[in-house]
Amino acid sequence: MPLHHRPTRTAAHPAIIRVLHWVWVYAIGCMVFSGWEIYNASPSLPFSFPRWTGLGGWLGGALAWHFSAMWLLALSGVIYLAYGLASGHFRRDLGIPTPRAVVRDLWSALTFRLGHRIGRYNAVQRLLYLGVIGALLLQVVTGLAIWKPVQFGALVSLLGGYPIARNIHLTIMFLIVAFVVVHVVLVAIFPRTLVSMIVGVPAEPGGRA
Amino acid sequence: MNGLRRLPAVKFKDIQPELRQLQRRGFLRNALSLGGLALLTGCDLSTNSGVDAALQSILRFDDKVQAALFSGRRLAQTYPPSAVTRPFRFNAFYPEWQVRGIPDGWRLEVAGSVSEKTSWTVAALRTLPQVEQITRHICIEGWSQIGRWSGVPLRAFLQRIGADLRSPFVSFRCFDGYSTSIDMASALHPQTILALDFDGQPLAPEWGAPVRLRIPTKLGFKSAKNLQAIEVTRVFPGGFWENQGYDWYSGV
Repeated sequence: MPLHHRPTRTAAHPAIIRVLHWVWVYAIGCMVFSGWEIYNASPSLPFSFPRWTGLGGWLGGALAWHFSAMWLLALSGVIYLAYGLASGHFRRDLGIPTPRAVVRDLWSALTFRLGHRIGRYNAVQRLLYLGVIGALLLQVVTGLAIWKPVQFGALVSLLGGYPIARNIHLTIMFLIVAFVVVHVVLVAIFPRTLVSMIVGVPAEPGGRA
Repeated sequence: MNGLRRLPAVKFKDIQPELRQLQRRGFLRNALSLGGLALLTGCDLSTNSGVDAALQSILRFDDKVQAALFSGRRLAQTYPPSAVTRPFRFNAFYPEWQVRGIPDGWRLEVAGSVSEKTSWTVAALRTLPQVEQITRHICIEGWSQIGRWSGVPLRAFLQRIGADLRSPFVSFRCFDGYSTSIDMASALHPQTILALDFDGQPLAPEWGAPVRLRIPTKLGFKSAKNLQAIEVTRVFPGGFWENQGYDWYSGV
């Protein structure tokens, strides 16, 4: 018990999480938009991204951005995972929700009856955050596979070969972008959450345990 | 030790052209897209060169990481003949109708830190040991195709011409105006070959006649076609695409 004792005015999101959040906005933005430019060089599916959305200006520039921003994403990811495990953030805030809780909270959300308490994640939020963390980890793995298909040959085989691995990398990108869209829409509905991700505001009553 | 002492020191004038090419590299040309603008707010767009320099230094770091990940023993996956891509896609920095035939009196020239600088005919190259591979050619653009090549392992060729295998770079110049270069460790990889045949036939001009590099541990643009000269060197040689900003190491 003493281990879990915290001052009652703990920030809803600790400074490290707030900093990491905005690092991710930049890093994931760089990865997605340069990735679109790279994809456009030779689309594997019958569509391409609007040219003006690309980052880098041409394939060489886009690859330079992609292979630079990947370090920022990897480094911030490692810091986050280490912090999450060491601080108890994962155990406390991101426990895997039960299906029953997800259904309950999703229903409340869809009928606009789900309260939002800053500093505490409901079951749907936890599912989304766990999902995007998993997607980002998978994206690193599939990215390594298509960056180094010879050096990580076993990984590429596991993913079904180089062309399929490339499309898996593309598909996971769409899942991450879908998360971002849902996330931003929810922030637009609850603008207070935006403030709490910039400055340290106290967790709301019934929030952070 | 003697070999090292024989090497001349690199003078500024020796690397001047390379330095000029490095300065010409631009990652942000035509980069004023919305994605670029949105992500660069806070940066002064008039100092693009600063962003370029940062990206270039990270790419040089990436090259070191790639060299560390590379293993001279790890082989690219090979495929059965039935997996060969047909029709095979033509690719160059020019369209197919501009493909050049073999120049009269063509010989493969060797230069740099090698003890035997005699040039080579195709017939002479065919007297060296030959190996065949069916491997995946992966383009920097993301597409890939499986092809069948055979020819002389570059390692055997470099040993035959008495190349200084401690030189860091092997550079390739082509008679179609193309050029590229690779690191010595990759040059000595068992699947790096001077290909003479494609799909069981002597190379046709569009596939790189009379000799091309085939290196399945690098992106496709490193497999230079229509070779004219090979140079073993200590001076960073760059290359056609590398000088425009493609990552130099480009290993896969």
